[in-house]
Amino acid sequence: MAHNQPSVVAPYFRDIDQQREANTLGMWVFLATEVMFFGGLFMAYTVYFFNYPDAFHEGSRELNLILASINTFVLLTSSLTMALAVRSAQTDNRKWLIIFLIATIVLGLVFLGLKGVEYGEKFQHHLVPGPHFEWDGSFFYEVQLFFGLYFATTGLHALHMIIGVGVLTYFVFKAFRGHFTSVSYDPVEMVGLYWHFVDIAWVFIFPLYYLIDRTIQ
Amino acid sequence: MTTEQHSTTHHVMPVRTYLIVFALLMVLLAATIGVAFLHLGPFNRIVALTIALAKAGLIMTYFMHLRYSSKLALVFAGMGFFWLVIMLLIGMGDYIARGTIPGTF
Amino acid sequence: MTVSSPPVKLEKPPQNYLNWAFGIKSWLLTTDHKRIAILYLITVTLFFALGGLAASLVRFELITPQGDLMSADNYNKSFTLHGMLMVFFFLIPGIPAVMGNFLIPLMIGAKDLAFPRLNLASWYVFMVGGLFTMTVIVVGGVDTGWTFYTPYSSTYSNGAVILAALGIFAAGFASIFTAINFVVTIHKMRAPGLTWFRLPLFVWAHYATSIIILLGTPVLAITILMVGIERMFKIGIFDPALGGDPLLFQHLFWFYSHPAVYIMVLPSMGVISELITAFTRRRIFGYKAIALSSLAIALLGFLVWGHHMFVSGQSVYAGLVFSAITFMVAIPSAIKVFNWTATLFKGTISFTTPMLYALGFIGLFTIGGLTGLFLGAAAVDVHVTDTYFVVAHFHYVMVGATIMAYMGAIHFWWPKITGKLYNEGWGISSAIIIFVGFNLTFMPQFIMGYLGMPRRYYAYPDEFQIYHIASSAGAAILAFGYVLPLFYLLYSLFFGPKAGDNPWNAKGLEWTTASPPPHENFEETPIVTEEAYAYPVPQKAEVTSGA
Repeated sequence: MAHNQPSVVAPYFRDIDQQREANTLGMWVFLATEVMFFGGLFMAYTVYFFNYPDAFHEGSRELNLILASINTFVLLTSSLTMALAVRSAQTDNRKWLIIFLIATIVLGLVFLGLKGVEYGEKFQHHLVPGPHFEWDGSFFYEVQLFFGLYFATTGLHALHMIIGVGVLTYFVFKAFRGHFTSVSYDPVEMVGLYWHFVDIAWVFIFPLYYLIDRTIQ
Repeated sequence: MTTEQHSTTHHVMPVRTYLIVFALLMVLLAATIGVAFLHLGPFNRIVALTIALAKAGLIMTYFMHLRYSSKLALVFAGMGFFWLVIMLLIGMGDYIARGTIPGTF
Repeated sequence: MTVSSPPVKLEKPPQNYLNWAFGIKSWLLTTDHKRIAILYLITVTLFFALGGLAASLVRFELITPQGDLMSADNYNKSFTLHGMLMVFFFLIPGIPAVMGNFLIPLMIGAKDLAFPRLNLASWYVFMVGGLFTMTVIVVGGVDTGWTFYTPYSSTYSNGAVILAALGIFAAGFASIFTAINFVVTIHKMRAPGLTWFRLPLFVWAHYATSIIILLGTPVLAITILMVGIERMFKIGIFDPALGGDPLLFQHLFWFYSHPAVYIMVLPSMGVISELITAFTRRRIFGYKAIALSSLAIALLGFLVWGHHMFVSGQSVYAGLVFSAITFMVAIPSAIKVFNWTATLFKGTISFTTPMLYALGFIGLFTIGGLTGLFLGAAAVDVHVTDTYFVVAHFHYVMVGATIMAYMGAIHFWWPKITGKLYNEGWGISSAIIIFVGFNLTFMPQFIMGYLGMPRRYYAYPDEFQIYHIASSAGAAILAFGYVLPLFYLLYSLFFGPKAGDNPWNAKGLEWTTASPPPHENFEETPIVTEEAYAYPVPQKAEVTSGA
């Protein structure tokens, strides 16, 4: 399948190794900026968590732990299928590459769907910050702040998922046309890195928002 | 069919490795949910964050191939986290010194 | 750096990046780093002109003590527009996106940047940001100052804050794209033999700058996004009335915006290193010290943001630490200045236009840097906070240093970019006019600031009028100095004499290829065998002990 090798290396690269190293490094560099992008929200979280511990404990108990746990499971599984998709590309296995890509997309969509259900619940319970926010307990503003950060962080994360799903869908078509081979798999590897990063972001979001205090239920 | 003649630097990991890592991730997920229901005081947070770091470490090392990547990728992977810690430490330092945080001086 | 590849053959038809393809599409869809640099050059110049226009409105208003030319509201909008355009749309992208884009692949012997399409995307994202900002002007402006302090920006301001925030958000991502390209290109695409310590210092400076952009800009992006969210949904992330903390905004904002000063000034320092060596015909003094001090500035620059917050209500202990680290960051900056002056010592100096800009840079940057130490000392800062002293200080660093270097770079590499020579007489006069105009504009501001004239006021007591008139007069001279190059540079484009490949007889890979460079930069990938700035050692100068 390596008959199209000359076109695989862009003209401004010396050889395929240089191209591959540049591609992966570029993705890692981008992910470093992504860490800081989420970092601003984590900074806000940390500041208010320590300033308003009680409000954050109460707010956290309102979040749906069961859905979030399922979602964590779904996302971790999608990371596995993504990793296996990269491996299939590396080993020139087009059929399994497509299967694993589609599996990743489906799992991503399941995650987004469950997230949508969670958001819907919050709307019903009037826990969305803004004019319709209702909170009977103390710390009205502080709890609203917790939910504001919750929506900002998970919303940003969901946006990253949507972008990821979009790129993966495009890649399924490219995979059908045989664009990815053991020589030219770096686009798959790169989107894989991105997908795993989004997974890692969730790995931190999950305990920070859902697991603050579950001892009183 | 893995082609060796391209002098490619990529390293194909066995499927078994991926499955083992996934299993470990599942164990950690169960652990972090379980611990949240125990009365550990501030240790709840520490355990939860340690588990999250372990999960992130597993994903980065194996799923993201950091184990077989260049040192440079490792540097940039660490750089984001390092700077985040700088921001959190110095920023929180001000809040602690201002005395706005309950439980500190 | 000499190169073992054969020189460009003269009998070849002079194919270059400018005549390689024609038509508007060949420009708007180009992935050639040189053409993208030209696109950036044009747009950045436009934004500079607009920002300058806003500045002249401000200076006009301040000629008289009464607020007679415009309302306080319009005055606020003018200086906000001036700050926003100049900082986010001129100073930050200026040298990296124009000169860096053009020169880095040439300097390291690469055919292009690592991700040419990302590079083009960067320009388009930048244009989207510019479009948002233009819309801000049309729909009535924004009056928060370029710092967008909360809760004024998030709750009380009537201006188009969200649009402005989106504009800055987009401009930020444009610079992130550029920075990713630079880092990967510098790491992975250097010509054979071009080791790290053979790199031109311009490249080192851009590497350090890129690191700052990569780690700082996303924080600004998310912060400005939070301000937008707060404004739209009335969540009190930064509004104390709703439980938020306005100081958190300042922490996050300055976490980026202080390092942003180094995003502006580090590339300028890279430019100055190139200019000084080329026109003293000497190896630079202390190459490694200058190279590594760029990285030191990048790191330390991230640890000092709190010195913008001495009077904000931040804890005194934090202020103490920030003040101490602020003094530390002066060390790598001073290392650079001392090494440049040491390079000048007993060098064969030729006072060309770029060299005049470079010398101007050293002087103005030194003044800007030293007054920065005044401000870094918390006790003095309390006295002069939010006065014209601060305004003068950061203009000395951002205008005095960065724009001097930008102009120097444009003149120095103009023959390479266009293949034409500009008129040296005009060039020298404009450099002198800018230097005089700049000092006349901002030196009085130090004095009136110290005497207590607060910044951002459109009316003021009569006693300050003399300083304001001097300042406004200087601004007029400065504006003339900035417009002048536009004419003689454009003139040279059509009527200027042809520049050879290396009109300055300078070292560096970019001078070994044709002017303007061919589409693929080099006929053959060059192989580097020498360190940077391998100028012949003059017989009499004492390189090691003389300085």
